[in-house]
Amino acid sequence: MAENITYRQALHDTLRAELLRDENVLLIGEEIGAFEGSYKITAGLLDEFGPRRVRDTPICEEGFTGAAIGAAMLGLRPVVEIMTINFSLLAIDQIINHAAKMHAMFGGQVRVPLVIRTPGGGGQQLAATHSQNLEVFYAHIPGLKVVAPSTPADAKGLLATAVRDDDPVIFLENLALYNTRGEVPDDDHTVPIGTAAVTKPGRDLTIVAYSRAAVIALEVAHRLEEEGISAEVVDLRSLRPLDRPTVCASVRRTHRAVVLEDDWLSYGIGAEIAATIQEGAFDYLDAPVRRVAAAEVPLPYAKPLETAALPNAAALTRVIREVLDATGFTPRPTPGRTRLGDP
Amino acid sequence: MTSTTSGSQTGPDREHADRIPAADDTSGPEAEALRDYFRQMTLIRAFELRAAEMYTRAKVGGYCHLNLGEEATCVGLMAALRPTDYLFTTYREHGYALARGAEPGRVMAELFGRTTGLSKGRGGSMHLFDTRLRLLGGYGIVGGQLPPATGAALAISYRTAPGPDSEAVMCLLGDATTNIGAFHEALNLAAVWHLPIVYVIVNNQLGMATPVEAAAGEPDLFKRGCSYRIPGTRVDGGDVLAVRGAARAALEHARGRHRPVLLETVSYRLRGHSVVDPARYRSAEETQRLREKDPLPRFRARLIDDGVLTEEQAARIDAETEQEVIAAVEFADASPPPALEILFDHVYATQTANTPYGLPGDPLPCDQPAPPAPGGR
Repeated sequence: MAENITYRQALHDTLRAELLRDENVLLIGEEIGAFEGSYKITAGLLDEFGPRRVRDTPICEEGFTGAAIGAAMLGLRPVVEIMTINFSLLAIDQIINHAAKMHAMFGGQVRVPLVIRTPGGGGQQLAATHSQNLEVFYAHIPGLKVVAPSTPADAKGLLATAVRDDDPVIFLENLALYNTRGEVPDDDHTVPIGTAAVTKPGRDLTIVAYSRAAVIALEVAHRLEEEGISAEVVDLRSLRPLDRPTVCASVRRTHRAVVLEDDWLSYGIGAEIAATIQEGAFDYLDAPVRRVAAAEVPLPYAKPLETAALPNAAALTRVIREVLDATGFTPRPTPGRTRLGDP
Repeated sequence: MTSTTSGSQTGPDREHADRIPAADDTSGPEAEALRDYFRQMTLIRAFELRAAEMYTRAKVGGYCHLNLGEEATCVGLMAALRPTDYLFTTYREHGYALARGAEPGRVMAELFGRTTGLSKGRGGSMHLFDTRLRLLGGYGIVGGQLPPATGAALAISYRTAPGPDSEAVMCLLGDATTNIGAFHEALNLAAVWHLPIVYVIVNNQLGMATPVEAAAGEPDLFKRGCSYRIPGTRVDGGDVLAVRGAARAALEHARGRHRPVLLETVSYRLRGHSVVDPARYRSAEETQRLREKDPLPRFRARLIDDGVLTEEQAARIDAETEQEVIAAVEFADASPPPALEILFDHVYATQTANTPYGLPGDPLPCDQPAPPAPGGR
């Protein structure tokens, strides 16, 4: 059985299910109780579970994130909501210097089963300090796990896995995804951390993306299909650990790759993907890997400037055409292409 | 020296009944405890001097911060803790680990980077950890322990009601740590969430070379809880009994009511910030004055004066603790260095697909899932 619900609803339902399943699970964050969360993910949970399980905090990201770490050290399983990823910078000492280090640095004697849920993303005219995609900060850090689901089903499955995992997990949401809908299995659905998904198979080119960008990638791929261009979409889902084999296997089939990412270009997630492809699929590539990422500017408030700075379907489509044109590709409505090096 | 400030009507008891027993009570349990405190302080002194020596002989790497001059604080605070309480400390924590009951050999082995060390050689001097002792870490980042310690107290209050049997958390911090944001965020959380935690400011009067007066807008550090209505007390950190008494009262308040307490101990750092710091910022006169405040000879003379300890017993304790520390060095030195195969153990507690286990220069794992994780479970 499956039901068609929003990404927001999938997160809410999963938090509720985990609170019901395990007495050690508790929610911690600013305005998650009476206010029901800035994005209403925790709606109704204070009424149902009370202030012991759904704990509003003063404004102190470093304090309450660190407190969640300490509670996790003693066996609770806190799920922290940081209102947006921008504010996680205030907690970054606790996340990187502490949560990520404790299990290893203390010789495996303590575990930190902690989830930090936080949305990133621009496009809401929130200006430069409230529109960032900082996941690469966390994806860089051994000891952390970082997931970034793009669909309601993966939101449910990865959140359930993250809550039950014994390591600190950064759970990246996106402001533009909360109202998106999709089929969600209504059983105890989990998705393993560290595995990407091929959300659309294709022959001619691979689009690698995650979170909001994976939704755009899928839309573009479906549209191109009508023109006889068969694009495969790899939704990374996890940024750490990164599923390199799935990415490389796809590019070995398609021989071309474009990365779509919401973060800034230089040193971004796409740089890691491009490096992975050049090492794992170099002999199969027909063209250089291209990246479609955000313009490297503090995101402006004014709508035309904001829109121009953000990666979108049009930019992705243009780059895909450039890659195909540069390799002499002609759209073919039917499959059947064979060439040297095909697996 | 005992000063207090109370942010509420329910501050801890300020009268500390702990006094040296009269001369006719030199064989009772309290006299035995006093001799044990002297032994522990002597052990810490001997351990730290030896640790400094091992550092200069390159047996110990990284940073190495010593508790020299702080021995009475170490022993007094640990004497007040129950085995079921949790302890979070700073990076100047060898003495606390020893007074909490850690074997000197395992502490020295941690300094030597051996797998027999308290943190299996992964933490070093600044990161001593022992689940069994509920010693939940030395912390190398100034104040990094404050939010997690507060969260540990949250976990206690999540599970148990206030009362004399409740567990409690003791969180140590240095004087300079009272200036960072995490100190204020943690105290505020403990106040609004009603948490069983005692924050102890171990004031050795210098943050590296910066005097408290130059760093703190309110240099009476025990008053800094006032903004959060957290009662504060200051005691002489050179007086092991005063420290024990103040800590007991603070813990009683914390566990009995699930309310935080701020305790300040004042001691004197006898040497530099770390082993490599010659402390040139201190004059010869100041250094001489510090020697006179050394808590160890003071306590020794006091016990002998009061008939609790004889010169012969004191000399025997000196010799025995020295032997213990020599044995600790031998244990550490004889412990094998870690095998390289365990490099990736404990990076993660739950193994997941595609976790990278490559050494520098290894090819990327692009073909198949990474091999089964070594250890770590």
